Amino acid sequence: MPNKTFFWFFLPTGLAMVLFIGLPIISTGVQSFYAQHDQVVKEVKKCDPFGCTVSIVVDNEETTKIREAKPLGKFNGFGTYVDRNHLATEEIKKFWNETETFGEFVDQVTNLPFYKALIFTLTYCIFVTPNVLLLGFIIALSLNAISRKIRGPLIFGTILPMIVTPLVGSLVLFWMIDSQGIIGANIQNLMNDPYLSLKSSKTLTWITIIIYGIWHHSPFAFVVFYAALQTVPQEPIEAAIIDGASRFQRIKHIVLPHIYPVVTFVALISLMDNFRVFEPIIGFSAEGSAQSLSWLIYDNLVNEEVILFGSAAATSMMTIIGIAILLAPVLVRTWKEFKTAR
Amino acid sequence: MDYGLDKKTNTLKTFNTIFIISWLLIACFPFIWTFWGSFKVRADFFSRSDWWYAISAFNTLIETGEKFTTNAYHEAWFEGEFWKASKNTIIVTVFVVSISLFLGTLGAYALSRSTEKYAFWILMAALIFRAMPHITLVSGYLFPFFELQIWGILPTTIVVLVAINQPFTLWLLYSFFKTIPKELDESALIDGCSYFQAFRHIIMPVMWPGVITAGLFSLMLAYNDFTVTALLLNQENHTMVPKIQSYLGTNQHEGNLMWAVSAVVSATAPLFMLVMFFQRQVISGLTTGAVKG
Repeated sequence: MPNKTFFWFFLPTGLAMVLFIGLPIISTGVQSFYAQHDQVVKEVKKCDPFGCTVSIVVDNEETTKIREAKPLGKFNGFGTYVDRNHLATEEIKKFWNETETFGEFVDQVTNLPFYKALIFTLTYCIFVTPNVLLLGFIIALSLNAISRKIRGPLIFGTILPMIVTPLVGSLVLFWMIDSQGIIGANIQNLMNDPYLSLKSSKTLTWITIIIYGIWHHSPFAFVVFYAALQTVPQEPIEAAIIDGASRFQRIKHIVLPHIYPVVTFVALISLMDNFRVFEPIIGFSAEGSAQSLSWLIYDNLVNEEVILFGSAAATSMMTIIGIAILLAPVLVRTWKEFKTAR
Repeated sequence: MDYGLDKKTNTLKTFNTIFIISWLLIACFPFIWTFWGSFKVRADFFSRSDWWYAISAFNTLIETGEKFTTNAYHEAWFEGEFWKASKNTIIVTVFVVSISLFLGTLGAYALSRSTEKYAFWILMAALIFRAMPHITLVSGYLFPFFELQIWGILPTTIVVLVAINQPFTLWLLYSFFKTIPKELDESALIDGCSYFQAFRHIIMPVMWPGVITAGLFSLMLAYNDFTVTALLLNQENHTMVPKIQSYLGTNQHEGNLMWAVSAVVSATAPLFMLVMFFQRQVISGLTTGAVKG
């Protein structure tokens, strides 16, 4: 296709992506170097018959004026990146000098908001992704062995958790697991502990959100693996059966190698999706004990008094860097393939 | 994988059946339970004293005189103005789907017929854009949108959702157009058609299966979106998902939690119906590109 024709065909979608994905990333980058204005204060001298007092009050007029003149805020350089709510370099230095043992140091650091969120996000990714792959694969194998006639409805049932939005999915589970729901109430009865509830324990909250993640994402892995299983050639499997290979050996040596590219694809997609975990935290109302990077950004943006654009943008930039690190191996590999193909 | 040589033992078959049944229970029961509970009063579905009330409808009988009540639906749709939210959702979904498909088919067709290097880099860029968490993009939008005073209205949200949706649509339609033989439109070009004419008369009649799949995914994205709609729309223009969240926030009102339950059911039901009809397209969409490696 000639370049000119290509240009006109691609212009609308290219423009949409540049304007609303490319530019916002730049805008986030710029915003992350600014911080909101401090309030302007003035001294007010008040005199009454008993003498004069000087008090400091917020000058609302001046504050609004400054905010209107420079809506982006004041330039802060990397200040937002290193403050207490982000990388917290000062605090970490302080903890390093003050704490006696390494364990204590780690404890202190993981209590800082950014590191707390980072650790939750990573824990979520590490536990959810492999389990999604495993469960999805087992469901695919298992459904594949069932008579073709009834597979349709079974597949429909299997993909339900995936097609609802994460907020709705987590709410539906939360209403069952909550202390007044069917599962929560029964667990309380079983354990004989009327105070046992999701909100009371950090570990329980984390486990619930991770289980939710596996429940929500497994159907996606299932669908892809199921489709891939349909393309596995039958001859090598029959040969393996004649040679006396067990079911497990057949899966390990024939099926898995055949669908290997698909496994990496699913792992990559689900890693990317898990890294942005955010809605389940709202659905499970778990803000108290589990915070993710995306949740931190959301929290800054819905701030009641002043929207913390700078702070949200700094967290966003670091999230983007995180995504880039996750994607790097894939991009490098594709580039190498592209180069050798040429 | 049913072929003559592979004899399954009975234990294996039973084990397999039990596994599938338990997985289906885990996958579907929460939805069935919520559907059932949405016809009860709050004291039954969120019972402090006995969870069995949700089944025996103890309080529902006392409060309404019947075992099932549609009060929650009635209140959520009218008092809670859920009708407005669903109207907004319909507007957003219809526009997002049609604009996405229009832009996506043109772009993806060009990508699939280009042999230049930049086509590859555009696809890679789209992949990176696809990986961006939506909330980071939203944090980029908010400030400029406030400044331009286009925050809070439906058209802005529609354009943003279209853009966010483009990378996935492009990839999906790109792999679809690759399966349409090049010779088809090349012969039209030789006969003197321009690329636009070839697209119009040769490609358009055969592209509908791929377009339907891509359309379903745009629809699911627009319909299900929370991040963008919650932060870019004002209260008045909220779509269904942020509306459900707003019912959760105002918990003082006794009815509100049940509003959320009935709203969840009302929002999920159409989606389930749609997927039931288009199940094959959804599955083929998820696997194109993946299976081919």
